[in-house]
Amino acid sequence: MERLPILKIGQMLLVSIQVDLRDDMVIALQEDLADRIVETGARGVVIDITALDIVDSFTGRMLATIAALSRVLDAETVVVGMRPAVAITLVELGLSLDGIKTALDVERGMRLLSSARGTAR
Amino acid sequence: MTSEPFGDLIDRCRAAEDDLVRRWRADVAASLRGRISEIELDKELREILDAVLSAVASADGADTRSAAYGEVRALLVDLSRGRALQGFSPRETAISVFALKKAVRDSVGTGPEFTAFSDVIDELGLFTFESYAKTREEVISNQAEQLLELATPVVKLWQGVVALPLVGTLDSARAQVVMEKLLQTLVDTGSEYAIIDITGVPAVDTQVAQHLLKTIVAARLMGAECIISGIRPQIAQTIVALGIEFGDIATKATLADALLLALGRIGVDVTAEMSKRGL
Repeated sequence: MERLPILKIGQMLLVSIQVDLRDDMVIALQEDLADRIVETGARGVVIDITALDIVDSFTGRMLATIAALSRVLDAETVVVGMRPAVAITLVELGLSLDGIKTALDVERGMRLLSSARGTAR
Repeated sequence: MTSEPFGDLIDRCRAAEDDLVRRWRADVAASLRGRISEIELDKELREILDAVLSAVASADGADTRSAAYGEVRALLVDLSRGRALQGFSPRETAISVFALKKAVRDSVGTGPEFTAFSDVIDELGLFTFESYAKTREEVISNQAEQLLELATPVVKLWQGVVALPLVGTLDSARAQVVMEKLLQTLVDTGSEYAIIDITGVPAVDTQVAQHLLKTIVAARLMGAECIISGIRPQIAQTIVALGIEFGDIATKATLADALLLALGRIGVDVTAEMSKRGL
């Protein structure tokens, strides 16, 4: 089965979603990510969905689940690069992804994570 | 075969063509009050007369829907389209055709065949009016479309701050356009703050508020924060009376306040920025 690569950058993990998501990939990603956070002791997760142009309620819930999961493992999640069409779809689906941090691009997302960690210390 | 109902009317018209056009033009020009030059009018009417006479003289002369009237119809569509776009009234447009009847009566004289000719002119007049109305409808729908585009400019106020001054009533169709445009601008400019200014929105009801909230939630999902500004006292009253909750969305009375808030959150030092640019 195809698995999404999880890259470690400093104290953060970066997941860049470049392909159309299938439900089994999403579940695998959740498992992998949990493993990697524990393994690396990462404090932040950046999920880049710039290339994602179709979302459904399952994908929306996946983002919420990943965020909740990382929070339990003491890591912050930032979703970056959401396209306008995707954002509109999620709003129309009634998924406002409360409690998830968002940023316009990867750079801003990483800055957001490091500044949040800075203030926490 | 020559068409029976018109007798020799066509030949007599042809013979008196110059006089006919002169009378016709005089009538039309009087109604248009000099807004179209005589020369232009002369050319236009001569073309129409020529086409009408040829069509009437043809085998299907009595039927204005026949192929023989193809050229006449094309000319009349041009005429009514031109008049509609130039802003002439329906009366002024229709008279261009109906005046031909009077011109023929005065110039060639009436006769039993005049009734049939009159019927033809009436039909053509109605046709002109129809295409006039159609053109006006096109103009209106074009304007509505243009308005939709014109009325939603997204303005960059500062590096990372854009403003969306909303003017006019916000219905579902417009809200959709506004939402898409704002979100696209956020991506294109990489702005983290958007100020939605509703000074120009005459009324805020639950539906408008719903549209605004959707836009703001969508912007949040993309990683940008929205501030609502330009809330007039009456609007504030309505919002409270309707029980609309803006939650943790920042709202400000004026655009200036909203800009200040955005600059503060970004951490811009305006004085330092000015001295850097040598102002």
